[in-house]
Amino acid sequence: MSTTTRHKKRSPARMVTFAVGLVLSVAYVMPFFLVFVNSLKPKFEILANPLAFPIQISWDNFNQALDKMNFFVSLSNSLIVTVISVSALILISSMLAFYLSRTPNKFTKAVFLILVASMIVPFQALMIPFVGLFAPLVEGRNIPMLIFFYMGFGTALSTFLYHGFISNIPKELDEAAAIDGASDFVIFWRIIFPMLRPITATVAIINALWIWNDYLLPRLVLDENSQTLPLSTYLFYGQYSTEYGQAMAGLLLAVLPIIIFYLVLQRQFISGISQGAVK
Amino acid sequence: MQALLKHSKKFFLFAFLPMAIFIAVLVVPFSQGVFLTFTNWDGFEWNKFVAFENYAKSFQDPTFWTTLNFTGTFVIVSLVLINVVAFGLALLVTAKLRSSNIFRTFFFIPNLIGGVVLGVIWQFIFNSAIPSLANTFDIPMFQESWLNTPGNAFWALIIVTVWQQSGYMMIIYITGLISIEQDVLEAARIDGASALRTLISVKMPLMAQAFTISLFLTLRGGFMAYDVNLALTGGGPYRSTELISMHIFQDAFALGNFGTGQSKAVIMFLMVAIAALVQVTISKRLEVQR
Repeated sequence: MSTTTRHKKRSPARMVTFAVGLVLSVAYVMPFFLVFVNSLKPKFEILANPLAFPIQISWDNFNQALDKMNFFVSLSNSLIVTVISVSALILISSMLAFYLSRTPNKFTKAVFLILVASMIVPFQALMIPFVGLFAPLVEGRNIPMLIFFYMGFGTALSTFLYHGFISNIPKELDEAAAIDGASDFVIFWRIIFPMLRPITATVAIINALWIWNDYLLPRLVLDENSQTLPLSTYLFYGQYSTEYGQAMAGLLLAVLPIIIFYLVLQRQFISGISQGAVK
Repeated sequence: MQALLKHSKKFFLFAFLPMAIFIAVLVVPFSQGVFLTFTNWDGFEWNKFVAFENYAKSFQDPTFWTTLNFTGTFVIVSLVLINVVAFGLALLVTAKLRSSNIFRTFFFIPNLIGGVVLGVIWQFIFNSAIPSLANTFDIPMFQESWLNTPGNAFWALIIVTVWQQSGYMMIIYITGLISIEQDVLEAARIDGASALRTLISVKMPLMAQAFTISLFLTLRGGFMAYDVNLALTGGGPYRSTELISMHIFQDAFALGNFGTGQSKAVIMFLMVAIAALVQVTISKRLEVQR
């Protein structure tokens, strides 16, 4: 692509397109830039002019924010919840999708339909009975319970994505292996699962983004001692919103991990999401 | 018999665990939730059936009507704007500029971050950064924070939502645009079709599926929006920007009306289901017609 681009002339239309793209890019990134600039300033400088560059750069706000929002604890909680939930979802929903797509009968069709239909159930319709139903179990207000809930909520979409992909893998492949004496378990893990890699990337990215950023469910399930990053950020902002500099540093810390992760794995992100859209 | 045995073994090996979890987390609470709306449940126990009383009470609540109105407007305006912006971005990024990839990277960034964090970032922008800029250049319209007046707070909510979600929908539209075969476009060019004509008569019909998906996602997202609403406006000023999700949360957990709260949640489910069904049916029909 780069060679064809280079040959093209700098027509006025292309210049305009470039200018529009540039302005929009600035608009899309500006809020994060403002947070960054202000996180380096003391409070009085922010109050005087939130748009000016810092007179003297100071990292003091970050020290305060790291400490007060318990950053490393909530970062590791978020990591634990996201990694375990996503891995579990990959395991259970790929297996369920394999079963549903390879055993066509009335039962599996009905299960598949229910899974698809469940995707339009808003969390609000479950939230209130949830609190009553799981109250005895949530007593400990713990992370394993949260992971269990994510496994339940993520199953439908993940199974749906896997199902579409597995249906396109020829059945003769499993049949040949079965004739050679391989069990269903072996067929799935040795032959099918390795072929699912592209869609596994999609399932991982879509679920990770959702679980990493989720606010409402952790708020209902976790207590103050086991907060995830969105919870501790929001709590911190609520308590220290008058300490502008610290609040900005806290916000920057909250967005930094995922932005770095994205910039490193950008290609996988984009292709993962576009894969998910086609199915 | 042996086939049945083999079959049930496969079921237990592959499907039992995920289905059990799905039923425990989704099916049971949902059924129970619908069931409880027909009882006098107070959050702890129930002892008699009350038929549709909770639903009647929900519809008698004037604040619920305000919320329904507000949510309806929000869903329509955000759906239109997100998709127009996202489609525009997709066209821009597929225009084969050398900087396309960098633009795409930037447009997608807001999507990586949760609504709660984005909401508080924009709270700072609307409350401090924009008024400060407006004071420097003396632009009266922006001198007071947009979050302080109901009408402007609505647009603040829309701006943040469009900014957050357009990047994701852009990816879906890019996928649609690049799936169009090159020779179809070549044929259109040879026939002398202008760029705009090609876009409307050739590209858009050929990527109809992308519109179906993106419209469905934005429709659902609009009804279910909560995080940005909570962190940006908190429903204020004077509960004027309370979307249905937040309204339900307030009704049940802040005011303790579990009966009406849950009924409103069921009403919300029905609205999402009907709207999504209508939208997908219409979109699918348009897809086939091409």
